Amino acid sequence: MAEIRVQEAPFQPGAELEAFQASLSNAGAVVTFSGIVRDDSGQMTEMLIEHYPGMTEAQLTRIAEEAENRWSLAGALVIHRHGILRVGEQIMMVATASRHRQNAFEAAEFLMDYLKSRAPFWKKERSANGDSWVAAKDDDETALSRW
Amino acid sequence: MIDVLYFAWVRERIGLPKERVDTQAVTVAELVTELSGREDRYAAAFSDLTALRVAVDQQLSDFDAPLEGVREVAFFPPMTGG
Repeated sequence: MAEIRVQEAPFQPGAELEAFQASLSNAGAVVTFSGIVRDDSGQMTEMLIEHYPGMTEAQLTRIAEEAENRWSLAGALVIHRHGILRVGEQIMMVATASRHRQNAFEAAEFLMDYLKSRAPFWKKERSANGDSWVAAKDDDETALSRW
Repeated sequence: MIDVLYFAWVRERIGLPKERVDTQAVTVAELVTELSGREDRYAAAFSDLTALRVAVDQQLSDFDAPLEGVREVAFFPPMTGG
């Protein structure tokens, strides 16, 4: 069973990884991904993340369950924050566990590709010049085709 | 009665996050036409459907999806998680 958490509060990625590993039995490989608030313009004061409560959790669960089945995972963890975040703060993390590394790597990439354009989150950047919604990239959509 | 939800710039353009709509629309597309006819702010939000995504009862869906038995429809721009 994948663990899915959508929360406003910050989290400690190290502690989450330790707890995730402790929950596993007979996994030989764990892969993690961390998403961090980045400031491309050099002007950003904060990032606002909106989501669709209920559907977000359901959609992340569907995506994680598909990854678990497809790569026979020993476990999967997805944590994603919403609300107001500052540059350098951790937005989200994904962890996957399997017997051998290849499945864990691939499943983590699959989870991230789907999470980016199929989980109902929307990012808005705030700066001194005003607010702007982050546009989805064509690349994100193309990335799904390889799965 | 259907709960209609709006997110991100769709919510901002229409000016509210959620409303109950009494509609006879048979498909999502018909609901969009009905809403667009109400006021300019709706027409503006729905002017380019290629820029919008729709979820029906919290499942990603298409604009030709039927509304029979549906409780909740959400409109939003392409998602930008991660």
